[in-house]
Amino acid sequence: MDYAERLENVAVIGAAGKMGSGIVLLLAMEMADVGLKAGNGSRHRVLHAVDVSHQALGGLVKYLREQVQKAAEKRIVALRTVYADRADLVDNGDIVRQYVNDVLDVVRPTTTLEVAAEANIIFEAAPEDLSLKLKLFARTATDNPARPWVFTNTSSIPIQEIDEKARLGGRVMGFHFYNPPAVQKLVELIRSRTTTDEVGAFAEALCKNLRKIVVPSADRAGFIGNGHFMRDLLHAVEEAGRLRAGMPFVEAVYCVNRVSQDFLVRPMGIFQLVDYVGLDVCQCILAVMNPRIPGENLHSPLIDRLLEQGVRGGQNHDGSQKDGFLQYQQGKPSGVYDPDAKRYLAFTEFQAACDARLGPLPEPGLPWKVAVRDPARETLLAQFFGALRSMDTAGAELARRYGARSRDIGLKLVSDEVAHNAHDVNQVLLTGFFHAYGPINEFFA
Amino acid sequence: MNKLRRNVYMTGGYNTVSMGTGRKEFHPKQSRPGLEDYICEAGRGVLQQVGGAGNIDEGVIGNFMAARFNSQGNLAALIPAIDAGLQWKPCSRVEGACCSGALALSAGIKSVLAETADMVLAVGVEVQNTVKAIYGADILAAAGWSRERKAGHAYFFPGKFSDRAGAYYEKYGRDRTRKAMARWYRNAIENARLCPTAQEYHNTSADLDAVALAEPNPRSFVDHLNVFDCSKVSDGASAIAIASADGLKRAGIPTSAAVEIVGIGQVEADLTRPPSDPTRLETTRRAVQCALESAGITVDRLATVETHDCFTIAGILAVEAIGLADPGKGPDFVLDGQTARGGHVPFNTTGGLIGWGHPTGATGVHQAVTIWEQLTGRAHRNQIEIPTDRPYALSVNMGGDDKTLVALVYRRG
Repeated sequence: MDYAERLENVAVIGAAGKMGSGIVLLLAMEMADVGLKAGNGSRHRVLHAVDVSHQALGGLVKYLREQVQKAAEKRIVALRTVYADRADLVDNGDIVRQYVNDVLDVVRPTTTLEVAAEANIIFEAAPEDLSLKLKLFARTATDNPARPWVFTNTSSIPIQEIDEKARLGGRVMGFHFYNPPAVQKLVELIRSRTTTDEVGAFAEALCKNLRKIVVPSADRAGFIGNGHFMRDLLHAVEEAGRLRAGMPFVEAVYCVNRVSQDFLVRPMGIFQLVDYVGLDVCQCILAVMNPRIPGENLHSPLIDRLLEQGVRGGQNHDGSQKDGFLQYQQGKPSGVYDPDAKRYLAFTEFQAACDARLGPLPEPGLPWKVAVRDPARETLLAQFFGALRSMDTAGAELARRYGARSRDIGLKLVSDEVAHNAHDVNQVLLTGFFHAYGPINEFFA
Repeated sequence: MNKLRRNVYMTGGYNTVSMGTGRKEFHPKQSRPGLEDYICEAGRGVLQQVGGAGNIDEGVIGNFMAARFNSQGNLAALIPAIDAGLQWKPCSRVEGACCSGALALSAGIKSVLAETADMVLAVGVEVQNTVKAIYGADILAAAGWSRERKAGHAYFFPGKFSDRAGAYYEKYGRDRTRKAMARWYRNAIENARLCPTAQEYHNTSADLDAVALAEPNPRSFVDHLNVFDCSKVSDGASAIAIASADGLKRAGIPTSAAVEIVGIGQVEADLTRPPSDPTRLETTRRAVQCALESAGITVDRLATVETHDCFTIAGILAVEAIGLADPGKGPDFVLDGQTARGGHVPFNTTGGLIGWGHPTGATGVHQAVTIWEQLTGRAHRNQIEIPTDRPYALSVNMGGDDKTLVALVYRRG
């Protein structure tokens, strides 16, 4: 079965979720593109988009229609060539509409899990819960005589464990998209000891066609991305705990969040990132990593406590940010949650005092947006962090500790052989987390 | 063409803002003024200067594609919406793609020449930001032959002029031509920065030449042009009064506050035929020649030119078609600074289509308004010096790919 044949029948489980909907979008477009290529046109292609609720699947279709239209508008120059033989499609508008139809024609939204059993490939994007994933595989892939290939979007569970427990015989591989899959360039590919070369080669070909940047990760819980992120967040929680000796909880959270953004030239503060990912998702990932990585205590009682109080983060259906560690107004952080008072305190009540305590940013300032766009960013960053090194302020001190810890985490991922090298670690943070520089750098050496 | 048999003047010009990307107040997702708002603003701007609607005998409106951009036809009937005093007056709408504005001027001039009107209100309007650029490209493609659309580029007209640019690069050299196109862009933006109604009025790019020299990207756009080589998508209207001497007198306007139309060249080429030489604008050349002959002057008497630079390459080709440079020498003329605001013949002194904006149906009228401002000393920060021995100005408005052309020669009244 070649690449085009393999893509004739595909299933995505968890299709209406945040990750699943993006995966459906990318796969449906790739399947339609393969179908539109000369010689493949007559073949029937099916993508089973499986999820638990019709309501969520309705949202998926709406999302797909909007996103495929945007993609078609962006690719209009190439699409006019693709449809050059269709005399009935003249205007750009005709071509965009046809492409949207061609892509949507591939997708079959369904709540019936068993249809996935007829697919050649199953992409799994269910919640990060091994027992749930195993149940899903048991009904679709395990002991299936058609021997479908399984690509799991897990961001933390070792693939070898999935393979053994679901009895997939090397037909499974980690295919970790970043959120949102349609936008983020990075894919972490994780082969287990038993993943077959055929499966691996297909995954690489697919990534290439999706124009993704591939970073291979060793099959260790958390892989590279969460291997860094979870330890980074635990450091942030620890720092906030340390600061709490001298200030209220909300101020400590504010300070660490601000330092991890403005002083470290990152796209968002660490607690905002946790909110974006979702506290529940972070909890699940930590629960996977902690027992599998002994001696590090990868666990946060604070996150457990917030979740018990219903503080979850994540996004609403329209993509807007839900409140988590922080409160949001029009997408921007505006307050911090106080678990003792069980309510949010507005930034305005303490921001000025905290900023004064942290001290000024290094001069000249370097907002993340400027850094990532400037071709001379290395020089700007060296200048900024050079100034930061010599500053004797609470903000600079926190930033130095934070940057050094981030670097140590990165180095440990290399020495533990989770990543092949420093470049791979940096690549994940640069492309998967949009950092302006990799954690393994000379700025915090 | 014969010399005009009656004195024809233009006065009381008015431009709305050319709205679109680049203007600080433009937000694609927020509601904006509609077609009728622009028509009314521009029309009333003229009426205030000519003593009100009572002095207007007729209205003409030039517009290209309101039927598709705004689902609106019968635009002549929007002229009475400008002022109750225009109700029951004869009005018409003319269309000739991007030359619609100058066709409105031409129609008004002919009414005055025919003595059926002593003052005509000419309006040009287009509101194009109602659709995304890629769908706007479909609508604008109708300025070409519909049977060519299928084989044409997604961005149809940029594709047409990209082909012309490619042919020109091949014949006369790419580097110098690209540099001249970048210089054309810089001149346009520098002029626009002086004009509060210009779409590029808020442009703050530090190095305009460098911006304009970005390499074309055929994967996302066309082969031989980048986006800075193209005029933008614009909403806007311009209006002006066309009058006989009696019409000016009736309105109490001295001829010194008007420009006189001393030459007109209106030329049409076959829409179904490709240009015989893509490196030449033959229809433009013929229209300008007619206009200059009709005015009884030669090209060296021109103080300033408003030309149809829908693309930078169109500007350079026009310099040659007008006769200011030999074929292949347009880039030198531009690079020598001859078309800049301090040059020998300043072109497009309020930014032209690249800098001021290109609300397609309004452009021809906007050109006339700019020339009226320059020749009567009303151009404020855009004002250039008009030499006494070269008191003439020329406007060149083009519809489609060098198909519908109107050239007008003006001098101070």
